Amino acid sequence: MSHYYEEHDLERFSEIGKHCPELFDYFMNYYQGVMAAGALTVREKALIALAVAHAVQCPYCIDAYTRAALSAGSNMEEMTEAIHVAAAIRGGATLIHGIQVHNTVEKITI
Amino acid sequence: MVPFARKLAQLGFPDLTAERVNILQVNLGWRCNQACRHCHLAAGPDRPEQMGRDAIDAVSAAVARWAIPVVDLTGGSPEINPHFRYLVERLSQLGAHLLVRCNLTILLEPDHERLPEFFRDHRVELVCSLPYFQEDPVDRLRGPGVFRKSLEALRRLNRVAYGREDSDLKLHLMYNPAGAYLPPEQGALEDRFQQELKRRYDIDFNRLYTLLNMPIGRFKEYLEKSSNYDRYMGKLAAGFNPATVAGLMCRNLISVSWEGRLFDCDFNQALNLPLVEGLPQTIWEFDLPSLERRPINLGDHCYGCTAAAGSSCGGCLAE
Repeated sequence: MSHYYEEHDLERFSEIGKHCPELFDYFMNYYQGVMAAGALTVREKALIALAVAHAVQCPYCIDAYTRAALSAGSNMEEMTEAIHVAAAIRGGATLIHGIQVHNTVEKITI
Repeated sequence: MVPFARKLAQLGFPDLTAERVNILQVNLGWRCNQACRHCHLAAGPDRPEQMGRDAIDAVSAAVARWAIPVVDLTGGSPEINPHFRYLVERLSQLGAHLLVRCNLTILLEPDHERLPEFFRDHRVELVCSLPYFQEDPVDRLRGPGVFRKSLEALRRLNRVAYGREDSDLKLHLMYNPAGAYLPPEQGALEDRFQQELKRRYDIDFNRLYTLLNMPIGRFKEYLEKSSNYDRYMGKLAAGFNPATVAGLMCRNLISVSWEGRLFDCDFNQALNLPLVEGLPQTIWEFDLPSLERRPINLGDHCYGCTAAAGSSCGGCLAE
């Protein structure tokens, strides 16, 4: 193994079902149900998935959902905005934890 | 990858045959004012291939003799052929329904500015290439400045009532992906194109067709250079959808090349994959009864028409 992340490992995803096939089937049925068109379109779901992929920093998901978003008719403008949403929420989430710093400082300082 | 013919046989289609010939698709030549990066024919301004008058007359004669209801004119840019207007007039007199596959920018070229009125006067149905509603993907695929010119051409067509809601002059758009991925679901994309082209540019059209990029010609070169070929072919083969087979365009059309040779489709023409042996091979030998139920000459590129929702000159084949 030359890298922890190998591009072709994405194609081997179903191997995760090898030792617990029933759980994997539950997951895949759920996953496919979630990603199918519903109140949100396939394109909108692909953009959410792309944003989440950046938030969790999964290179497999970023590759897969860049392709999925394009195949669903999206474009660079929408994909870039989705990444900014992920960045903004991550940034905001970092900053809001700063209130805990304020609270702690308030508690232990004169 | 399983060869396409074997894949079909495994699924119970041992010999894919045509069902009828109600469309004659005529390729008037590989010359084009554009040189798109996905073009399966590698068409462009320097290509010398153009259908001559003798083949043009043979096309008219075949349409008249066999009462072929639909004639689909393509290229290259079919309008560049010096006999284009003559052929349209002849076919129009014969009562054939005419489709022209137009790249839009040709309407802005010198000597072609009156084409919208010409199309209107001959009730031509237009299928125009516009792979996206934004400039960047269109210009990367079709050349710098093509998007802006295409919008201007669409405005001119709208001005003569093409694509307008209260008009019967049909203006359809043809989408293809700007790279190594499959087209989106046609209906959802059509809704977005309708909204975006209306909101941004006040442009109207009737239907949007999605077309997959066939892994041949210039697009194959791109796939190989960018190391995408194997993965793309794998995706097409893995996406084989049996529900597309019934509607494959080779089952109801014959393609005529600029030389007057007959093919099962424009892609086979690009690959020089002729009709199977024993069938008429040229427009001069056109014989409807022997072509209607002909076996189709298959290749692995045929996976391009059967992947996912399928692909054809009339859009997707299955939802």
